[in-house]
Amino acid sequence: MSSSTDPGHPDPDSTVASSRAERPVSDRGDTVCVIGAGASGLTAVKNLREAGFGVDCYERETGVGGAWNWRHDRSPVYASTHLISSRPFTQFPDFPMPDDWPDYPHHSQLLSYFERYADHFDLRQHVWFGTEVVRVEPVEGDRWDVTTRSTGGYGPERTSRYAAVVLANGHNWSPKLPRYEGLEQFRGEVMHASSYKDPAQLRGKRVLVVGAGNTGCDIAVEAAQQASHCWHSTRRGYWYAPKYVLGRPADQVNDTLLALRVPLRVRQWLYHWTLRLTVGDLTRFGMPEPDHRVYETHPIANSQLVYYVGHGEVTPVPDVARFDDRAVELTDGRRIDPELVVFATGYLPRFEFLKGQVLGDEDGSGRPRLWLNAFTAGYPTLAVVGLVQPDSGIFPISHWQSVLFARLLTLRATRPERAAAFERKVRAGLGERYSAKVKDSTRHWFEVGHADYLRALQRALHELEGVK
Amino acid sequence: MTVERVRVVRSWEWARPERPARREVLAAVPEREEAKPPLLFVPGFGHGAWAFAEHWLGHAAGRGFPAYALSLRGHGGSEPAPEATLRSYTHDVTQVAASLPRQAVLVGHGAGARVVAHALARYPARAAVLVAPVLGGWATFGTALRRNPVGTVPAVFGAGLRLHRRQLFSRELPDADARRHLARLGRAGRRAQWQLLTGRGPEPAVGRPPVLVLGSPDDRVVPASALIRAAQRYASAPLLFPGMGHDLMLDARWREPIDAILDWLDKDPASAAG
Ligand SMILES: Cc1cc2nc3c(=O)[nH]c(=O)nc-3n(C[C@H](O)[C@H](O)[C@H](O)COP(=O)(O)OP(=O)(O)OC[C@H]3O[C@@H](n4cnc5c(N)ncnc54)[C@H](O)[C@@H]3O)c2cc1C
Ligand SMILES: NC(=O)c1ccc[n+]([C@@H]2O[C@H](COP(=O)([O-])OP(=O)(O)OC[C@H]3O[C@@H](n4cnc5c(N)ncnc54)[C@H](OP(=O)(O)O)[C@@H]3O)[C@@H](O)[C@H]2O)c1
Repeated sequence: MSSSTDPGHPDPDSTVASSRAERPVSDRGDTVCVIGAGASGLTAVKNLREAGFGVDCYERETGVGGAWNWRHDRSPVYASTHLISSRPFTQFPDFPMPDDWPDYPHHSQLLSYFERYADHFDLRQHVWFGTEVVRVEPVEGDRWDVTTRSTGGYGPERTSRYAAVVLANGHNWSPKLPRYEGLEQFRGEVMHASSYKDPAQLRGKRVLVVGAGNTGCDIAVEAAQQASHCWHSTRRGYWYAPKYVLGRPADQVNDTLLALRVPLRVRQWLYHWTLRLTVGDLTRFGMPEPDHRVYETHPIANSQLVYYVGHGEVTPVPDVARFDDRAVELTDGRRIDPELVVFATGYLPRFEFLKGQVLGDEDGSGRPRLWLNAFTAGYPTLAVVGLVQPDSGIFPISHWQSVLFARLLTLRATRPERAAAFERKVRAGLGERYSAKVKDSTRHWFEVGHADYLRALQRALHELEGVK
Repeated sequence: MTVERVRVVRSWEWARPERPARREVLAAVPEREEAKPPLLFVPGFGHGAWAFAEHWLGHAAGRGFPAYALSLRGHGGSEPAPEATLRSYTHDVTQVAASLPRQAVLVGHGAGARVVAHALARYPARAAVLVAPVLGGWATFGTALRRNPVGTVPAVFGAGLRLHRRQLFSRELPDADARRHLARLGRAGRRAQWQLLTGRGPEPAVGRPPVLVLGSPDDRVVPASALIRAAQRYASAPLLFPGMGHDLMLDARWREPIDAILDWLDKDPASAAG
């Protein structure tokens, strides 16, 4: 699958003596390695190329687009997935989506957008498809040994040495599956939302959907229309925000307030008030009162869930307590008998190819500790791109993260004192947050408010450039 | 005129996206695909894609470059847009540029060069060419006033800017042709015209595109001094084509400037810039 046009691919001839002796390492000089050719990886390749760097990108799948490529085994999108962030917030800042597309495009449009991006900037020639990264190890001189092999595990491993590495491996593909007492005995069908693809999977069944992230809400809405019954279990109350308020996409209304510099508290108050007027009091449907303010959990953008609850097609229920062979017991003692349980309980990040402590994960929890969700202390030539969960589109953030990293790498050579000052900022800023205070949940590890985050990133970029 | 800071946060633009508009795009593509970048021609105020369809599109395609020209909204065959702003025009350019199969070279003529300068901050063009650029500001206005007071003064009060034959074409162009072109001239939006004088200058270009400036020392819209200033902004010197009018793509000797542009691109200035 790999392209043969790239003149500079790892070439075993130019081997250097490996610090680990046994294995030959091909030295890729100043080339930068990018892991993953999803949206984040593609924008990293483009921006590094634009800054003049050679790039080798490794992608274990056979196409670009990552999560948005429904052909990929690990793609979490289902047939009906539409964006939750409207177009202006989702497109790359220097490659607009067609303006005759809808406010909230379909996942197949997203894929075509990323494919066009790859072709427009001629990025595929830098991507090694069907190639999985299995190890990333820091070596002397702030350089990196990256070991790859063919996806599926056959063929030999090969190791190449790079001047820098971008991790763009995504964080929405490894399912988070909670443990429950008795789940093994349960005779019904159980799946994680990542294997949910098509409403036909729900048709005519009694379905329990667990979790009210955007995935859980979307699936509950489909179950309302397809299943014979739908229970929707949540362990807390949420703010179910519609996709449109005041006749415009909700995120555009929110950013009007941000542009006017309306403080968070006032925005929260306005939002609560708008929801009162549109969605109304949800406790009348038996849904719990939210235990937090708007923006303190990852926003839900779904105009239909409340509608189907109001039509009796979705029955809101509390958290699951335990399973037995034919029933599910809820925390309020009620027992229900679904034939299919869909766990829309989210995803966990995975960096198996890297020692946890490189990303500041000291306690082995799997949670990196970074500055700007991208930079780690002590490894100035490493950046993570796309490890954010914004209240908005992720792609502009990935774009600017990779622009910043490309600038940093350039300045390491031309203005080392600036790069050193940046490194000090990284150390001082590890673990910094860019959102309202959020509920403690793995799903909020990477939660950022897009405006707060991008402002911080803009400041970092200006400081690095030395402009005030 | 350029501000040095890169802008990341654009809350207003996100909150108030530009209204979509139906746009006319004319194209001439080479019969055999070569590895040459697509060109996107952006006409100045009052002109439409037709101005490039006359000679330059076909000529560029003949030399192996896929060539496209758009009409900014309110011009040529695009949708009427009396309320258009410089931002709407910039949006039109980035929309068409991003729709092309590969990274494009932006070529702006007249005030279209100003629009291109704005677009360069929002789309990483492979290269840019500013032809007889009207980059705006009060100096532009001064020249226009001196050369063509009758056509210019009403424009300040919202009327269309009227250009006359001797400003646009040399004497070599046959009268019939000149009349035909003049009859097709439209006008830019009132707000856009005003912003050309008073609006904020373009932000820095993204992606470090090489920029070529060219024009005629005998242009009665853009004086040679303005050409030199425009070129200096992009750290180069202008290519000059004496004896031609402002509309280099329509004038009798239209072939010379387009050949110079294509020669420059054939030398691949992007790789030279490193
Ligand atoms: C149902 C759903 C809907 C979503 N909707 C939105 C939305 O509306 N707006 C939004 O902004 N975000 C949305 N998201 C978030 C989504 O994660 C991002 O949109 C986006 O996919 C992130 O891109 P990425 O490139 O960072 O990661 P991914 O798209 O996951 O791409 C990572 C790539 O890296 C590759 N890879 C991983 N590990 C390796 C390895 N070891 N070796 C080689 N290659 C590797 C993978 O194969 C993949 O191609 C949604 C997520 C889900 C689950
Ligand atoms: N249409 C779209 O564009 C779209 C669709 C789907 C997803 N997305 C995006 O994709 C990302 C992932 O979304 P997601 O919905 O799959 O996951 P998510 O946002 O992490 O939501 C997980 C849900 O499961 C619950 N949950 C987690 N662990 C649990 C446990 N142990 N017991 C009970 N409940 C538990 C969470 O509750 P708590 O709140 O209590 O933790 C939450 O309600 C998000 O960024 C989302 O915006 C977008």
